[in-house]
Amino acid sequence: MTNPLKITKRSDLSRRNEIIIRVLAVFLSIICAGLVLLILGLDPIKIFGSIIDGCVGTELRIKQTVVKAIPLTIASMGIIVAFKMNFWNIGAEGQITMGAFGATLVALNVPETMPAAVVLLLMFVSAIVCGAVWAFIPAIFKAKLGTNETIFTLMMNYVAIKFVTYLQYGPWIDPNGGGFPRIAQFSKNCILPSVLGVNMGWIYAILCAAMVYFLIYHTKKGYEISVVGQSYETARYAGMNISRIIIVAMLISGGLCGTVGMIQASAVEKTLVAGIANGYGFTAIITAWLSRLNPVTCIFICVAFAALIQGGAYIQIAMGVSSAVSSVVQGLILLFVLGSEFFIQYKVGLKHREKKEVA
Amino acid sequence: MTAFLASCVVAGIPLLFATVGELLTEKAGNLNLGVEGMMLMGAVLGFITACNTSNPYFTILAAVLAGAGCALLYAFITVTLRANQTVTGLTLTIFGTGLSKFLGQNYLGSGVPENVSSFFAKSAIPVLGDIPFVGDIFFRQDKFTYIAYIVCIIAAVYMYRTRTGLNLKAVGENTSAADASGINVNLYKYVHILVGGALCGLGGAYLSIIRIPIWQEDVVNGRGWIAVALVIFVAWNPIKAFFGAILFGGLSIMGMKLQVLGLDFSQYLFDMIPYVATIIIVIFSTHKKRKESQPPQDLGNNYFREER
Repeated sequence: MTNPLKITKRSDLSRRNEIIIRVLAVFLSIICAGLVLLILGLDPIKIFGSIIDGCVGTELRIKQTVVKAIPLTIASMGIIVAFKMNFWNIGAEGQITMGAFGATLVALNVPETMPAAVVLLLMFVSAIVCGAVWAFIPAIFKAKLGTNETIFTLMMNYVAIKFVTYLQYGPWIDPNGGGFPRIAQFSKNCILPSVLGVNMGWIYAILCAAMVYFLIYHTKKGYEISVVGQSYETARYAGMNISRIIIVAMLISGGLCGTVGMIQASAVEKTLVAGIANGYGFTAIITAWLSRLNPVTCIFICVAFAALIQGGAYIQIAMGVSSAVSSVVQGLILLFVLGSEFFIQYKVGLKHREKKEVA
Repeated sequence: MTAFLASCVVAGIPLLFATVGELLTEKAGNLNLGVEGMMLMGAVLGFITACNTSNPYFTILAAVLAGAGCALLYAFITVTLRANQTVTGLTLTIFGTGLSKFLGQNYLGSGVPENVSSFFAKSAIPVLGDIPFVGDIFFRQDKFTYIAYIVCIIAAVYMYRTRTGLNLKAVGENTSAADASGINVNLYKYVHILVGGALCGLGGAYLSIIRIPIWQEDVVNGRGWIAVALVIFVAWNPIKAFFGAILFGGLSIMGMKLQVLGLDFSQYLFDMIPYVATIIIVIFSTHKKRKESQPPQDLGNNYFREER
């Protein structure tokens, strides 16, 4: 069986061509999404128009987009730190959920008279601790025993979600909720204040991106994380303490994801619900991957994905078309970009038959 | 007690399909985290076909094609285009979940037509169904369940008793050695990923056609992830998968049964057990390094011949 195509690894691709290939992939994915919509009997131009209208059409909608970009950006930053180390932290969803649990634990137990600044700080710290603990468990086993982190972190998600579901339906059920399975709403001093009409999480999200950028590119720890990500052998040869690096990086990763939970519980839901992470932990894996682990690029990608999510929510209300359209488009974009990676890394050409015969 | 065990089987069957499917995929060296998405696609397309054709055979065919179609997408991107398996699998889940919601939106709340549901009504297997206790639990189920038994047995015989099954093991354990020995590695990967996807599709259809025969969004509800967990729990063994699936299926209905008996246990704590159990298994298997409970050596690594 002869394969007419010759595939070779290439290292000569210019930055410009790399970008062209990626943009082309995104463009193709949107055309493909349009075709899918067309097959399903919907007008793609109208749908895409409404998605854009839904995410930037009015000031309120822009604010909604930003609200959705906040958790995505912060969680992506957490994931970037882990992925830089080649540690497959698929557990952001659970770390967000536990962060929200930590924040709620504080919110439900402080007196209503306590000043908001103190309460919010306590919630913030508690969220970091809970998120970090949830990341620490798989990290310590990875560091000490070499346990596979992909499956471990994945499973930790569902342990966290089921735990919060248990609280919501059991011990933490709101006694004034009329039997409805929900946790009591936060009192006023537990709600994150707004800046320019959006909860102040957006300032924090930008700060996070700056911090992670600085960590990765300008600190010793960040350098060590990248080296461990490249090769354990190199790191060991250079005298680095791999276990320590893995654990510290995962504490940062989980802590960042934990704060997402606090923001979502405090500013968006204003209570704790089992679905508090709302898939952001998984979408963040994708946005982090798409940005090629660059925190600055990642902000833009997160905003774009947030716009898609918000646009999807809008078309559900405005046109009665399921908001799931946005997940379909997201999925297609990523599938195409993942596929396009191949053409960046490898060169595909036709085999020269004559040469073979001579040989 | 017999009735409870019989309902454990019902709860376990979708898990069994998906687990055997994911197990075959992983044996070929590919970790497909798109199980949840493939199950949902099988569930929705099976359901839509059932509603529109009222034909049980077409229903099964649609579920198989839906799962295999998603798996083909995954196989093309990871095997041919060599993209990262974890990210591709997760994307497939997001994509499949979205598309299934979207396709099913006009069917929300509608039921499976009479023809199909009566075809899949519980029917005893002659002789086997009359065995006391065991017969009541295993052989007085629906036809779909019997398909699962057959799939499970075929998978076991295939994996342990045939040459192609051994070749499959070689592909998953050491892809370059398998390639060097003349096995068509990519063909093996494609076939097993596709069959795996088809089985996941069937698992999804079991949920939407038999278990919960009224369409609702997210009918799979995390069972895909339990299947991913089960593959590890049963150490990539299809026979163990049979018992594992019934055990995890049983756990998913345990709390409710106990509440009926007047004992106050939260179902949500039981729901946690499969995940916690899998974590413990993962820890122990890496700690003990027992040979038979290890994942395939080349699981998750993409293969490129020129890159050794």
